[in-house]
Amino acid sequence: MKDSKNPIQVILYEGSGTTPISSGDRLALTANLLDQGYSVSRVSQNASPGKNQAASAIIVLGQFSEAAPEIMDASGKTRIETRDTTGLNHESILEQVEEARESLDAEQNQPGANGAWKPWFPVIDYDRCTNCMQCLSFCLFDVYGVDDEKQIQVQNNDNCKTNCPACSRVCPEVAIMFPKYTSGPINGEPVRQQDVERESMKVDITALLGGDIYSSLKTRSEKAKSRFSKERSPDKALDERKRCMIKLQQSGIIPPEVLAELDLESLPSAEAIQQKAKEMAALQNKQG
Amino acid sequence: MSDSTDKILYCRCAFSQVVPVKTKEEVLEKLCDSGRDFECVSDLCEMSARRDDRLGELLEGDGKVKIAACYPRAVKWLFHQAGIPFPEDGSVEVLNMREDTAETISKGLLDE
Ligand code: SF4
Ligand code: SF4
Repeated sequence: MKDSKNPIQVILYEGSGTTPISSGDRLALTANLLDQGYSVSRVSQNASPGKNQAASAIIVLGQFSEAAPEIMDASGKTRIETRDTTGLNHESILEQVEEARESLDAEQNQPGANGAWKPWFPVIDYDRCTNCMQCLSFCLFDVYGVDDEKQIQVQNNDNCKTNCPACSRVCPEVAIMFPKYTSGPINGEPVRQQDVERESMKVDITALLGGDIYSSLKTRSEKAKSRFSKERSPDKALDERKRCMIKLQQSGIIPPEVLAELDLESLPSAEAIQQKAKEMAALQNKQG
Repeated sequence: MSDSTDKILYCRCAFSQVVPVKTKEEVLEKLCDSGRDFECVSDLCEMSARRDDRLGELLEGDGKVKIAACYPRAVKWLFHQAGIPFPEDGSVEVLNMREDTAETISKGLLDE
């Protein structure tokens, strides 16, 4: 599970009792380790090594003049391995790191590894957000939620569909970013007036996601409820989802390659959509 | 002005590379040549997604914190989303490797 793996921290220790490494070796080692998912700190005697209390596994590398010191974490929370890299070439140092990682029995997420996860999730700019809940009502996968103060927040970023920036396009305030997106303002570029004007011509999300079911539920009309209940048959629900897919496709706000990966089963059921509409209506009523 | 108490943080953007490779390579090279201490992370987005506690430590320190990553707006709210308040008093500066040249970034990071 991607959530549980913290990067292992490698400290390139070049302080007292060590021979500093050449800047070329420092560069090659740092770049290589970062590309494997490690965090890397360079520590010399000029600076304190930092607290590193939040790191759960640390590997210290140094060209030690004497035997590599054994370093312990007094709190016992951080596991530490030390390796002397004197006389080792680049490949051998990487082997030492790998061997130390195994001794620590520590795992980390690896960029580019088979099936590697791409950190793709919305990031809200609260300087712009007006808490209108459009994103929450739009997202089909429950990425958004509210905190105790009923403020919108990104709650389940694992649910977000990689490369789908659709919610950022429905935000009327241009407040939703995906830092890994290719272009602005979604990637975090400063927002210009023309972006805001473009966003004000938003698609009507209610219409997009099954139209009158949403709006009728908001007004809690009994008539609407009875009509919805007739639509609960599996066929009707499937039809509803198909209609939803076609509308999303036509709207152009979800990239075709993302849509192609979604199967109908992965979309929320008509019942789930109904439930969400109810929750939204309740939330909006509370907000007045 | 920066001094040796300033903290330098470099983001490699390794999980999905939106920072130009040439820029991030050159910035790291200048950083390694400088003889300064540094903190490098594989991917700030990945850390924010996991609400990694280390993000808080990375902003701690007596001096200024200089971050080489991407758009300042994105970086600020990535920290916020991970539950780490992002100081607004100018003590943290974000340098944008997506837009600026390696030379500008390195100068900003290392100028004393
Ligand atoms: S749609 Fe935009 S402004 Fe509205 S709650 Fe979501 S992020 Fe905030
Ligand atoms: S913070 Fe910016 S530079 Fe760092 S990983 Fe995320 S997108 Fe890339």
